[in-house]
Amino acid sequence: MTTATASSAPGGLNPLRQTKPRYGEAVIRGILVLAAAVSLFTTFGIVISVLIPSLEFFAEISFTEFLFTTTWTPLFANPQYGVLPLLMGTFVITVIAVLVAIPLGLGSAIYLSEYASPKARKVLKPTLEVLAGIPTVVFGFFALEFITVYVLKPIFPDIQVFNALSAGLVMGIMIIPTIASLSEDAMAAVPSGLRDGAYALGATKRQTALRVVVPAALSGIVAAFVLGVSRAIGETMIVTIAAGLQPNMTLNPLQGMQTMTSYIAAAGSGDVPTGSIEYKSIFAVGLLLFIITFVMNMISIRLVRKYRQAYQ
Amino acid sequence: MMSGTMSEIHDPNAPQSTSDLANTGRMDVSAVLDEGRGVVVPESVGEVVFNLDDVHVFYGDFEAVRDVTMQIGRNEITAFIGPSGCGKSTLLRSFNRMNDLIPGARVEGLLAYHGFDIYAPDVDPIEVRRRIGMVFQKPNVFPKSIYENVAYGPKVNGMKVNMDDLVEECLTRAALWDEVKDDLKKSAYALSGGQQQRLVIARCIAVKPEVILMDEPCASLDPIATAKIEDLMKELAADYTIVIVTHNMQQAARVSDRTAFFTADVDAQGVRHGRLVEYGPTRSIFTAPNDPRTEDYISGRFG
Repeated sequence: MTTATASSAPGGLNPLRQTKPRYGEAVIRGILVLAAAVSLFTTFGIVISVLIPSLEFFAEISFTEFLFTTTWTPLFANPQYGVLPLLMGTFVITVIAVLVAIPLGLGSAIYLSEYASPKARKVLKPTLEVLAGIPTVVFGFFALEFITVYVLKPIFPDIQVFNALSAGLVMGIMIIPTIASLSEDAMAAVPSGLRDGAYALGATKRQTALRVVVPAALSGIVAAFVLGVSRAIGETMIVTIAAGLQPNMTLNPLQGMQTMTSYIAAAGSGDVPTGSIEYKSIFAVGLLLFIITFVMNMISIRLVRKYRQAYQ
Repeated sequence: MMSGTMSEIHDPNAPQSTSDLANTGRMDVSAVLDEGRGVVVPESVGEVVFNLDDVHVFYGDFEAVRDVTMQIGRNEITAFIGPSGCGKSTLLRSFNRMNDLIPGARVEGLLAYHGFDIYAPDVDPIEVRRRIGMVFQKPNVFPKSIYENVAYGPKVNGMKVNMDDLVEECLTRAALWDEVKDDLKKSAYALSGGQQQRLVIARCIAVKPEVILMDEPCASLDPIATAKIEDLMKELAADYTIVIVTHNMQQAARVSDRTAFFTADVDAQGVRHGRLVEYGPTRSIFTAPNDPRTEDYISGRFG
């Protein structure tokens, strides 16, 4: 059988060949690669610009002094560089914020996702999201001028004007929408068949919400918690305004404290000469902060992956 | 958990006197025919579990199911068949008040379980659902271990039992034990679709219901898994009353004792309402239907 198909015809053009060049494809591809590269190079640039002054800092100050001594006075005549008070301030304020935000955020998420009528949800969800849109400087003055003066002072008469408690409480309020909104998204994504299955066994609303929906949404909820904690660790304005700027090695939240972020903000906006050891200390603290949030993110990715595996 | 707002409802495990059921539950068949609802009940269903009299189900203003009168007999498999949108799933979900979860859904008429109105104001839907379990179209196993899936219902209902024994008993009953006995701690998501559906059945019988409602339980399964579920249903019918919604007419013919055929009527405003056309022993529905619409449907001429 000899059939003269176009492709086998000697000397004939293959009808399957590309006839028109597609420039658009290459252009779009280039633009998209560029968009992805910008964020990659920015991150890389930040790491380098923090790393170099930090390495210079550690050439003069030992790791041991930085990490294990308890006095932070880089701007004094006799400077000391023990970062523990800043870590302690960050830790105390973050713990307070998380203690406020996790129960209230998760509670609002469960209410919105499982209990609220469609009407109530329509009003409440945008209201919650407005809370996320308030500038942190406003939260800072709210902590300093309202929470400390009218709420905390009557309860703890010897509270300092600048204190960790008010900053932590208000920071907790600030991250409620983050935790509530992301947790609610995770719970709303739980298939309604699981709820039906629980109700059909005679489960109450509470048993369905807490024993089926929350465990099923756990990976999203854990991610929301970790993101909330990361925001608390990185939050600057509220602590700068309301928690005071004294590096204070204490667990007492009624006293003023300085966090890593508020040191960076305060020292960076002051008149520290560029290239001095005080100047480099800003970057050393920044590097520590970067490592902590980086580790937090790694943990959250691990946790999310772990729970996902269990539930798929 | 057993006592409470609906303690007057029969405990399915307690011995029942048939005389009070006869008084409260069973309806006079001739009365149904006399009222001319187009429903033919050729013979009595025996001991009545569900008695429906003029039941209408609404979603807001939309009447999804109109005027259903029927009885469902104990330890029988009753199949609901009919084209999509005929209200058969809606009606099934009103048997254990699952429709309560849909805003705007409501039931009118009498829907009685052993003579007690399921929609009476003092009835607790949680007590209803504990006695009337449900298996859904998609196997909705919980994101927990196989063991925890079975144990969930007894735990939330506060049943004081030896949980290990109960889990083994229910998985055995659901013909799943031999396949999973070494993997009880594994995630239920590791099971195949057919195994998941049998796990859901095991989970359902773990709370010791009297009735199992099945809403297209084999719709997402292959023929082999379907055959296993059908065998299981026939075995379970010895102890449970089963109502199954199915799109598969052969399935209805294979497993059920009685079949109810529903269809959607279009009213003067062009709105569709589900209606019961014919109800009777499965063999007569499939071999000698009384209504031409039933005959058209089972012979594949519409729907």
